[in-house]
Amino acid sequence: MFGKLTLSAIPFNIPIVMGAVAFMVLGVIAVLGIITYLGKWKYLWTEWLTSVDHKKIGIMYLILATVMLLRGFADALMMRSQQALAYGSNMGYLPPEHFDQVFSAHGTIMIFFMAMPFIIGLMNCILPLQIGARDVAFPMLNNLSFWLTAGGAVLVNVSLAIGNFSRTGWLAYPPLSELHYSPGVGVDYYIWALQISGIGTTLTGVNFIATILKMRAPGMTLMRMPVFTWASLCANILIVATFPILTVTLGLLALDRYLGMHFFTNSMGGDPMMYLNLIWIWGHPEVYILMLPLFGVYSEIVPTFSGKRLFGYTSMVWATMAIALLSMLVWLHHFFTMGSGGNVNAFFGITTMIISVPTGVKIFNWIFTMYRGRVRFDTPMLWTVGFLITFTIGGMSGVLLAEPPADFVLHNSLFLVAHFHNVIIGGVVFGVFAGVAYWFPKIFGFRLNERIGRWAFWCWFIGFYVAFMPLYALGLMGATRRMDHYDVAAWHPLFIVAAIGSGIIFLGILLQLVQVVVSIQQRELTRDTTGDVWNGRTLEWSVPSPAPAYNFARIPVVRDVDAFWDMKQRGVDLKSATFVPIHMPRNSATGFIMAGFAFVVAFAMVWHIWWLAIAGLAGVLVTLIRHAFNDDRDYHLGADEVRRIEAMHGRVQARSM
Amino acid sequence: MNRDFWTRFCRFLPLPATLLLAGCHAALLDPKGPIGEAEKSIILTATGLMLVVVIPVIVLVLVVAWRYRASNTKAEYQPEWSHSNKIEAVMWSVPIVIVSILGVIAWRTSHQLDPYRPIASRFKPIHIDAIAMDWKWLFIYPDQHVASVNEVAMPVGVPVVFHITSATVMNSFFIPRLGSQIYAMANMQTTDNLVASAPGTYRGISANFSGDGFSGMTFKAVAMSKADFKQWLANAAAAKQSLDGNAYRALEKPSENVPVAFYSNATPGLFQQIVQGKFAPGRMVASSDVGGSARSE
Amino acid sequence: MSNGSVVVQGGSLALKPGYADHAADALRDLRQSGDAVDFEVEHHHDVASTIQLGFWIYLMSDCLLFSGLFATYAVLSGHTAGGPSGSQLFDLPSVLVETMFLLFSSFTCGLATLAMNANKARATVGWFAVTFLLGLGFLVMEVREFAHMVSIGAGPSHSAFLSSFFTLVATHGLHVTCGLIFMAVMMVAVLRKGLTDTNRARLNCLSLFWHFLDIIWVGVFSLVYLFGVVH
Repeated sequence: MFGKLTLSAIPFNIPIVMGAVAFMVLGVIAVLGIITYLGKWKYLWTEWLTSVDHKKIGIMYLILATVMLLRGFADALMMRSQQALAYGSNMGYLPPEHFDQVFSAHGTIMIFFMAMPFIIGLMNCILPLQIGARDVAFPMLNNLSFWLTAGGAVLVNVSLAIGNFSRTGWLAYPPLSELHYSPGVGVDYYIWALQISGIGTTLTGVNFIATILKMRAPGMTLMRMPVFTWASLCANILIVATFPILTVTLGLLALDRYLGMHFFTNSMGGDPMMYLNLIWIWGHPEVYILMLPLFGVYSEIVPTFSGKRLFGYTSMVWATMAIALLSMLVWLHHFFTMGSGGNVNAFFGITTMIISVPTGVKIFNWIFTMYRGRVRFDTPMLWTVGFLITFTIGGMSGVLLAEPPADFVLHNSLFLVAHFHNVIIGGVVFGVFAGVAYWFPKIFGFRLNERIGRWAFWCWFIGFYVAFMPLYALGLMGATRRMDHYDVAAWHPLFIVAAIGSGIIFLGILLQLVQVVVSIQQRELTRDTTGDVWNGRTLEWSVPSPAPAYNFARIPVVRDVDAFWDMKQRGVDLKSATFVPIHMPRNSATGFIMAGFAFVVAFAMVWHIWWLAIAGLAGVLVTLIRHAFNDDRDYHLGADEVRRIEAMHGRVQARSM
Repeated sequence: MNRDFWTRFCRFLPLPATLLLAGCHAALLDPKGPIGEAEKSIILTATGLMLVVVIPVIVLVLVVAWRYRASNTKAEYQPEWSHSNKIEAVMWSVPIVIVSILGVIAWRTSHQLDPYRPIASRFKPIHIDAIAMDWKWLFIYPDQHVASVNEVAMPVGVPVVFHITSATVMNSFFIPRLGSQIYAMANMQTTDNLVASAPGTYRGISANFSGDGFSGMTFKAVAMSKADFKQWLANAAAAKQSLDGNAYRALEKPSENVPVAFYSNATPGLFQQIVQGKFAPGRMVASSDVGGSARSE
Repeated sequence: MSNGSVVVQGGSLALKPGYADHAADALRDLRQSGDAVDFEVEHHHDVASTIQLGFWIYLMSDCLLFSGLFATYAVLSGHTAGGPSGSQLFDLPSVLVETMFLLFSSFTCGLATLAMNANKARATVGWFAVTFLLGLGFLVMEVREFAHMVSIGAGPSHSAFLSSFFTLVATHGLHVTCGLIFMAVMMVAVLRKGLTDTNRARLNCLSLFWHFLDIIWVGVFSLVYLFGVVH
């Protein structure tokens, strides 16, 4: 009846896990309790969970990402503390079967459920505003994408309480991830969590490409799109081009595990090395799916805070496209040590290095944007300068790893771990924080507390160096990754330093949480009444903060890359006298329900509860068909209502005709 | 003196991290064989070359950001200035030049340091088969018919040809102080050519996560004089247990933190049988399409 | 800074709901009009063409999904692990009939689109019904082929080659099944609501999908079956 699922799947006897589970369950109960106490269920359901408004979906993505950042960081703290302890006779507190789950969950969560939701959240919040659109191309699909991603995230967390998570690293290399070597449900949780969230991401890609290509304001030619929009376009093209490969790869692994097929097994002609190729054909572009939109974020922040046009817009755009293209030609550098031979290794080593050319150009572009500017060091800019320094170092260690013979000794070492954290924290995470600090007033209508933001920045910045420079050193000392224990005395002090570094970063995260709370309390002091707190340059700053549901009462006509800057220069009045009804999409529960059924399918598949999987699948189908027959999907917001909302923001011109 | 200073400077600059190494023991920067030496010099050369750009870039970031800070009203302010062909030319060409040099290095050294490439030497190389198991390393000396677990000995100065496979999941065979690692994969054979230039006991590891016992999957790589090596072989040959199919089957059972052990009379052809998957779990028939080299040579 | 155009206080307005959604066109219109227009009250996006574009992008991603499966098949097609190979298993005449079913269904699907464009709802449904039956026939033959292979001991778990064969062909079959469900739903929708704009946009997507599956099948037929028999 319940497949492999029995009560013994809940690890009652393991105090650490049960502690985490109790914490999680209490947290969920507390949230549900507060909502019930406040009587906000209906509001939550009609205004948020079923919302098709890209701004609200964006906020939900950001919340999901924040929660998962905490979860993923808890894993990081466990790893760093285990490795700080587990030297010599001390085995630490995490036995291998837990430690292996911790690092697998850390990687999986940070990439798929922290970084991805953050960048997709930022895109959702800002991109339509930036191109002068009233919504994305397919609003309902957008809601579905979010809930599929959330479903995957929930599944990963459920694995903590029921059963266990994968113990095979964040990419689950076979044959280790095959049934023979990983007979439990861990890998299945991994597969299904990634499958449902991956489908959500693919749909997001489709949605945003269509949005960018079709929904731009009049006058916004491709070469007048803001760089964030350009970078997002390239990232979404990469999503559509590579996530299907991830779906295939994990699908084949699932077929091996469920139907006894032999794609990646050690026997019957299976080829585990094909998995490495396939997963990295997705995996390397994925790095740029994360990185490119944040290059876009920096390209918005630097001109704004320098009070100056972006230097070399054209080369920035071409560099972005070049990176997107090249990112698909480098995957083999993840396994130079497979023994492919000089020609193959050299080819992929050189293509990898070539990526550093357009990336380097971008860095120069940002520097020359500051040059002859008036640079204001608000937190977004602070994160950006932190990024420029840190990312340059990370890029350097990356090019070093692209030299195949250097990789022969540094592959899989802690040097590699330091490198990719150097670019992901220094590039992606700093970029996310810069973007959130920058756009927070636009999204929520008030600013983040500046002072606590600075403290948080310094904690992250210093913490990063304290945590990861020792890992570079450890890599050069021959320490490999994923060890739950070691016996080399010289490594021990460096692991302790790294653990201290992770503690400093933790302090930074705590400060950020405090920052949000304090900022909410002080929101009346920092409220953005103009819609343009930073003296911005692009269209999102031309609408009130937070933007009304319809974004633009009137669609602006674009004449410049810095469309809003241009409008301000020409003294265009943002107040309007005439309003017309606005066509709006209606909120829909379809996405939530479909994703809910998809979650049921995934959970049932993990535990081999076939009837439930079939029922869930039928649920998905029926919901979709019901949605197809529902014609009540839109409405018109009356002109008077638009006028009323605009008036609240002081955007109505007294009728003087 | 000046030159000496700069070489030292470059060596210690690569990363702030290297400073931490001053008192530590950095295996990769203190190699004990020509392969490792060559790889170390690539690491240092490439890092040095990149620092030529990276240091100025970081300095430029800080200087420009500081000089054009908003409070410095004396600095020039040109809000519309956003293009300069000269600067664009420089910022594209500098990375291109550096990458071109690094690319040439990559091309040449990828071939020179290909782990499959035999090491030129006046000595005849010795052959050692290495098999990654759950969670230990089995070494077979096919010409001397002895085998050992978690310890591999080699004479100093004599090239060693490692043929590597896995009896289980993917691992990576790696002796950091000698140089190049290479994957150990079931049903496949990879090759790693190494040589030790100084006697000593070096740490050997699996550099690819392989499950619960992974952290303890270390071995001792001992480089010794020819006489000592002879003695080592003789000791192994005197071991009570011999390595036949049954002994191998027993070894296949997963075990962790396995102590060093020796085997005499290693069955000839055992390694090839392992590569062909004759021992693979649940295996039905060995077929023609498995058991190849990881690359056609 | 100002480009010299006179800006009416409060921003001048253009009430042109029919603006082409191509930004460049809009701008050309603007320049011709000679007016400095800063805002449009209504900016019309062509919904049907956006849906069509979105569907194309989805099809491209699906195409890449198949490319992954084709590549896998190409790598593993020789890995028969001592089991039967393609040339021993494939029954070309039967596959040819299958192919004909699908090719004809693409033709009738085209006729359905023509009927739709001619505004003939009943004929549209009729031709889709024929397409449906042909698609169903294809599926039945495919399932029979699979059943036969499994019955002679050549199921998907018997070698890497068979795994990749079954997965590639069955993934296509699964797409055909989805296409049939899509078609059934659309036939009901057209019968109930007629050829509304929404239904037209969806029928266009359906026909794109169906032709796409046809193209994929041509790939399967030539790369898997023809090559398999030759080798």
